[in-house]
Amino acid sequence: MNNCVIKLEDLKKNYKMGSVDIYALRGINMEILEGEFVSIMGPSGCGKSTLLNVLGCLDKPTEGKYYLNGCDISLLDDDTLSDMRCNYLGFVFQSYNLIPQLSVVENIEIPLYYQGVSPNESRKKAIEIASRVGLAERLYHKPTELSGGQQQRVGIARALVNNPLVILADEPTGNLDSKSGKEIMDIFIELHTQGKTIIMVTHDENIARYGERIIRLKDGLIEKDERVLSKIGATT
Amino acid sequence: MGFKSLWLHRLRSLLTMLGIVFGVASVIAMLAVGEGASQVAQEQIRRLGSKNIIVRSVKPALEQKATGQRSRAIEYGITWEDATRIRSSIPDVEVLVPNRIIRDVVWNTQWRVDGQIVGTVSWYPEMRQLRIIEGRYFTEPEVAGIKNVCVLSINTITDLFPNGSPVGKSVRIGSDYYKVIGIIEDEGGIGTASQSQNFLVQTSETKNTTERRSENLSYQGKMGKRDEGKGPGATPQYRIYIPITAAQKRFGETLVRRTTGTFEAERVELHELIVMVNMENRVEEVARVVDSILQKYHKQRDYELTIPLELLRQAERTKQIFNLVLGTIAGISLLVGGIGIMNIMLATVTERTREIGIRRALGARKRDIILQFLVETIIMSGTGGLMGIGLGLFIPYLITYFASMPTIIRLWSPLVAFGISAGIGIIFGIYPALRAANMDPVEALRHE
Repeated sequence: MNNCVIKLEDLKKNYKMGSVDIYALRGINMEILEGEFVSIMGPSGCGKSTLLNVLGCLDKPTEGKYYLNGCDISLLDDDTLSDMRCNYLGFVFQSYNLIPQLSVVENIEIPLYYQGVSPNESRKKAIEIASRVGLAERLYHKPTELSGGQQQRVGIARALVNNPLVILADEPTGNLDSKSGKEIMDIFIELHTQGKTIIMVTHDENIARYGERIIRLKDGLIEKDERVLSKIGATT
Repeated sequence: MGFKSLWLHRLRSLLTMLGIVFGVASVIAMLAVGEGASQVAQEQIRRLGSKNIIVRSVKPALEQKATGQRSRAIEYGITWEDATRIRSSIPDVEVLVPNRIIRDVVWNTQWRVDGQIVGTVSWYPEMRQLRIIEGRYFTEPEVAGIKNVCVLSINTITDLFPNGSPVGKSVRIGSDYYKVIGIIEDEGGIGTASQSQNFLVQTSETKNTTERRSENLSYQGKMGKRDEGKGPGATPQYRIYIPITAAQKRFGETLVRRTTGTFEAERVELHELIVMVNMENRVEEVARVVDSILQKYHKQRDYELTIPLELLRQAERTKQIFNLVLGTIAGISLLVGGIGIMNIMLATVTERTREIGIRRALGARKRDIILQFLVETIIMSGTGGLMGIGLGLFIPYLITYFASMPTIIRLWSPLVAFGISAGIGIIFGIYPALRAANMDPVEALRHE
């Protein structure tokens, strides 16, 4: 039996927007096992992003428990949360979020820098990861000199470089055409087959079906948690 | 990392740094000018001798316009008798130097200078700490024997003897010839600026000026007082030293001055009397006694006292005030530079909100973000400080070169300036850095 890496117990999150209280998450219960590839789907405003922020330790839950690798996140201080992000999580963003001043390899190195890895070793590691996602030729280019698909590969490489427990992807193909989108998803499938735990937020049914499990959110609650029977990735 | 982002905004960083650059440069330059000026002033005063009291004859104000009495000579000033009295009544007095100072033209065949002929005694150079550059000074027997010998101050040489050493040759003053036996250092000191040359070495010869000091200006507060029309760049004092006996004999007691259309005769026994006290801490006391002795025998105040020691103290006080003012100005300019840096850093933080969000999401702690921005500020202010030191070391050189003002750069001044600039970087960098670190990562990531 695989380990449970993420466990949510009646997780609630409200925040104030102006004078209005917004109940973004209203009691989520779920478990995600090591090696799972989970897609989180739902219409806009259903709480997808809020859930991803909480899962990514960027935001603390208002109520309820969130265990990441067995550790209760709601009890941790800011520095420890940073350490959790640094050691257990890898982020892939819709808009890539690369630092434009830095080259490809430098962007990939950022998480290692905060882990305190020596410059030599982190350079070696970054180059290795970059080659794995097909960026060996582009190491010293600036992000602006790359196509969208290539930029997202940099994003994935950066999320992988610290060998995280969970990869959190927020609409990773949202800014890409379907061809590069598929290439990116192929990388995710490959990572999944290597045993990585992936949680991906999307509102595209076709993309969601690359995963093996789809969690559908509606109005801050889980509407449906289903297994994917005809996986796209498996058929291609 | 810090260098990189600064390099990316080269122009902006440079402009931001300029505040610090000029702040630091002005600190160093101002300190150098201040030190230079005070050094010269102190050197001048020290040359007068910290154990000396200088008594000078001054034409009294009341007697000056004795209307229509052109034929009568005006009699004033310190006398031989005064000298004897001071010598015999004050035990602390070690040496006395009486001087007569006469203005006349000095000739060497066709070359001439408007000189000051100083009739004095053989131990004069020793008292004034003047160095003999060539030849020798006249001796006591020469003074006693009323010999026509003279010693020239070094600055007269170029105008009077452009063709080589004057020692052994003769100069003519009036109808008398004097054998040149030596060359002596200028009283202003070698290599000092002309500005300060007039600073203290005032001539005792009385000028036809109506402006005369009031009675209460006795022996205090003479710093900075100058003869009129002798600003920086005025002609230097050409001095020719002869035995005082010769001065008395050849020029007589009565001196005649020709001013436009009138003759003015004055009778002055001694123009200057230097009293050397045996101990430095007795100088001021002795000065008071000298003053009271002179007061007793002089109906009007036709003399003035100068105490170099007093001037030295005054110079030190002035320097302290000067430093305080400079410090304030420099402090303000550095403050302005610091605010400039803070301003830019705040703008940078806003501009890079998204980067901060990304870094936070990838595992940066608050302190990593603080460090990142603080390092940038410190690099900026530190580089600005170094550039400022470069500029600050160069400016005094320019000042010395073009304005011929002496400047002295003390080793500590660039160090202090650099330390302050680095400190400013930290102080003004902390707030923007904290602001960056305290951003909500979720908000920061959403920032466009």
